[in-house]
Amino acid sequence: MYDFAYQKPGSLADAVKVLSGDMEAKALAGGQTLIPVLKQRLNKPATVVDLSALGLTGITVSGGVITIGAMTRHADIASNADIKAKIPGLAHQASLIGDEAVRHRGTMGGSLANNDPAACYPSALLALGGTIKTDRRTIAADDFFQGMFTTALEQGEIITSIDLPIPEKSAYEKFRNPASRYAIVGVFVAKFANGVRLAITGASQDGVFRHTEMEKALSANFSPDAIAGIVTPADGLNGDIHASSEYRAHLIGVISKRAVAKAA
Amino acid sequence: MVFQGIGASVRRKEDVRFLSGKGNYTDDINRPGQLYAYIQRSDRPHATIDSIDIAAASAAPGVVKVFVGADIVEAGLGGIPCGWQIHNQDGSPMAEPMHPVIAVGKVRHVGDPVAVVIAETRQDAKNAAELLEITYTDLPAVANLTDAVKPGAGEVHDGVAGNICYDWAIGDKSVIDGVFASAHKVVKLDLINNRLIPNAMEPRVALGDFDTSSGDWTLYTTSQNPHVIRLLMGAFVLHIPENKLRVVAPDVGGGFGSKIYHYAEEAIVTWAAGKLRRPVKWTADRSESFMSDAHGRDHVSTAEMAIDKEGHFLGLRITTLANMGAYLSTFAPAVPTYLYATLLAGVYKTPVIYCNVKAVFTNTVPVDAYRGAGRPEATYLLERLVDVIAMETGIDKVELRRKNFIGVDAFPYQTPVALQYDSGDYQTTLKVALKNADWDGFEARRAEAKKRGKLRGIGISTYVEACGIAPSAVVGSLGARAGLYEVAEIRVHPTGSVTVFTGTHSHGQGHETTFAQLVVDQLGVPFDQIEIVHGDTAKIPFGMGTYGSRSLPVGGSAMVKAMDKVIAKGKKIAAHLMEAAVEDIEFKDNTFTVAGTDKSKTLTDISLAAYVPHNYPIEELEPGLDETAFYDPKNFTFPGGCHIAELEVDPETGVVEMINFTAVDDVGRVINPMIVEGQVQGGVAQGIGQALMEACIYDSSGQLLSGSYMDYTMPRANDIPNLSVATENTMCTHNPLGSKGCGEVGAIGSPPAVINAVVDALKDYGVRHLDMPATGAKLWSIIQAAPSSGNAPAMAAE
Repeated sequence: MYDFAYQKPGSLADAVKVLSGDMEAKALAGGQTLIPVLKQRLNKPATVVDLSALGLTGITVSGGVITIGAMTRHADIASNADIKAKIPGLAHQASLIGDEAVRHRGTMGGSLANNDPAACYPSALLALGGTIKTDRRTIAADDFFQGMFTTALEQGEIITSIDLPIPEKSAYEKFRNPASRYAIVGVFVAKFANGVRLAITGASQDGVFRHTEMEKALSANFSPDAIAGIVTPADGLNGDIHASSEYRAHLIGVISKRAVAKAA
Repeated sequence: MVFQGIGASVRRKEDVRFLSGKGNYTDDINRPGQLYAYIQRSDRPHATIDSIDIAAASAAPGVVKVFVGADIVEAGLGGIPCGWQIHNQDGSPMAEPMHPVIAVGKVRHVGDPVAVVIAETRQDAKNAAELLEITYTDLPAVANLTDAVKPGAGEVHDGVAGNICYDWAIGDKSVIDGVFASAHKVVKLDLINNRLIPNAMEPRVALGDFDTSSGDWTLYTTSQNPHVIRLLMGAFVLHIPENKLRVVAPDVGGGFGSKIYHYAEEAIVTWAAGKLRRPVKWTADRSESFMSDAHGRDHVSTAEMAIDKEGHFLGLRITTLANMGAYLSTFAPAVPTYLYATLLAGVYKTPVIYCNVKAVFTNTVPVDAYRGAGRPEATYLLERLVDVIAMETGIDKVELRRKNFIGVDAFPYQTPVALQYDSGDYQTTLKVALKNADWDGFEARRAEAKKRGKLRGIGISTYVEACGIAPSAVVGSLGARAGLYEVAEIRVHPTGSVTVFTGTHSHGQGHETTFAQLVVDQLGVPFDQIEIVHGDTAKIPFGMGTYGSRSLPVGGSAMVKAMDKVIAKGKKIAAHLMEAAVEDIEFKDNTFTVAGTDKSKTLTDISLAAYVPHNYPIEELEPGLDETAFYDPKNFTFPGGCHIAELEVDPETGVVEMINFTAVDDVGRVINPMIVEGQVQGGVAQGIGQALMEACIYDSSGQLLSGSYMDYTMPRANDIPNLSVATENTMCTHNPLGSKGCGEVGAIGSPPAVINAVVDALKDYGVRHLDMPATGAKLWSIIQAAPSSGNAPAMAAE
């Protein structure tokens, strides 16, 4: 990696100040994407700002919402009793990210801010209709993701926590890239009293998206059969040496049915 | 006392240091004043180097020197030599183009070294390399075999027409054509053996050192055979005599063949250390390994079997294109010829075999031996072809194999492709494997899986391989430029403890344990009083290293011979001490006894007398008890056996799940059953990796697409089912241990068993064959295209 300055601010305000004042600064959450990128010299930040001293960890339940601190690690989400009981799809999803080492370093806020098109968490946030809280505002999930590696976050804006409404039912089903084990297709489905939301990661060139046709069918009848006939076009889906866009389109149907079967 | 001799599953003594972080790997070694080399590699598959401006890089902080191709030309360095010469059908030698350690004038693959930056720190070197200004002019590149042999394809080397390194054949073309002309039926199969990237856990490292007082060079390197490196690099590249060059291969974290070869980086750091009068270290990072370590396999073949009405094999005719990559790696030419075509009889009494191999240069990383080396390619081709014959004749696939097996009473068996198998019992390994795999209960398991919506398949492979490499005169006549004997020195110390110096090299095989067990067995010395030394040309006699499952059958045999000498000398000393005739002295359990008396002396008594020769037959016998033996094997060894794979395909996604894997191998005498089981497990895991996951993919322009673990699928532990591993052994008849070797059987026998099982699982879809790896995406496409899916015209997926 290239040389960089390292800072570990003790307050959110200080962190925001450093990141806002320096276009060449990068925030370091769990580092499971940033560190490999730095090691390969694919990024050259002047300053790396470590967010681990800001106290942004923890999981709380209040009034039908689970709030997860942005720096909470995947392993803690996967093993949290409240999440396992109330949003089992999320606990399961966290348990599938990376490997043990990644899950003990990587954070939910870091993953969401990066918005890798093959990352898992964006599908949970979008399907649950969650809300991102930052140092300065709240952002609805539907407004947050803006294409691959792109979010609504401004320069220097730091995610502090994520609010996730507790659904009646939830499930995540992941079809892994056999090499990287990122999602080739990941489907998060959440059933609420007022309807179903279903989000797909890994498949689209634009990153995570909601499958509204499936949502509509599932809101009327929450069963795999309800979406069995829905064909997803391959246009706009990713294709690579592991999976063509046609295969991904097909897998969206298969994996969605399995996610619904698991939730129902 | 706990039994620790031959046949005991002694725990690996080396694991204590490996598992507790106490291993001493090449990158753990640092020398005072050490510099670091960073190698700037070509990002072009094929291009002329028009200019290299090193001014800015040379002036960068910490930089000591930048070397480019012109520097090695000026210094008169030789090219990297090839260790095996194959001859064309017309008798002329293969094309053997220059392989400079730093590219001169042209780059020929992505990863070809273009410049070397040497600096005070690795970071300095890497930073400076970014300041190199290199201008290229791209040339037409060829990456895959079929493109490279097309008329008008870009030429990797000037003067090598059609990119053909050699056009070689074994067998008589007119005889085989006659067999085919009159055969009842011919079954033909086109198949590809996928290209693999070896991926030893430890990346390659080389550290060159130069002693300004003595003028001696030392190279520390991640090698499977330090003497071979000293010979190739010293004699051919750097022109340093053996007495001035020491090569040390300390703990090495896996090789699988990829660390046999002499690589450019070894010569670069050694030469640079001498030029700069300071040690120079190079450590590969993982991405660099992908484009600088020799790759494996990469064949395109057409196989045809002529059969009679009953399904007896009458003749086998094969043409193969084998990818050599951009340059000839050390043993590359031997892999698709003498390690491949000579294995095409397999376990069958096919009377006539003909094989034509064209080795082809491409703009890719050099290809060389990788665990199994040629034998997996032969076994895969043959065992896939046999299954297709069964499919097309309706003969049961087990019965078809049985009826063509070489019988247990046919040994020694002379194949039509040069080899003479000494022993084996293919009926027994088959029978036991069928039982261990519950072959007969499979249809019930298939029916049960079907209820769950899964397509269950079972596949079998019966195989033999040739290892214990190799009789020197034989391989010499076939083009080897080296002898392939092995050496051992047994040093009995004054108080009876033993140090063994072996020319083999352990990089995961557990020699420190297995070899000690040989000493326990033969000399009766306690296990904890035996030390195994390897990997340092300054300590051990000239040995050939570890590959080709040779360490026990060849290196172990050398140990046995050396211990025979120790015992013979010990008997003379004992006879003197006990005032008896030498012929009356017996040796057993660490003790020399005068036959028929209670007079005895322990080995310690004898060794003490040998080193303190006060009462000693000094007129007839030299003092000391330290014996060396060189052992040249009389033949290859021929492990074989039967592998059975059972798996399920998810028809909705195409994904394969391995359910069971059964291996029953004949590896000859087993020294440590636990280590044998581990070797087979590791080999099978690699075989499953090749069959289901691993694919080195270049695009047509020569860019490496599977250039990291993000895109190259290594098998993980949870991809591998519990493996049922057993042995049913017949003894090797020509070495003193009876051992055949076990390092490669897993990787050789398993891939066709897995693919046969995949094809079996898809039998309702009209699938005749599919190429490895059988990924979910590939199987889904096949299922989609199959007639029974209702999606496609009726055609067999190829």
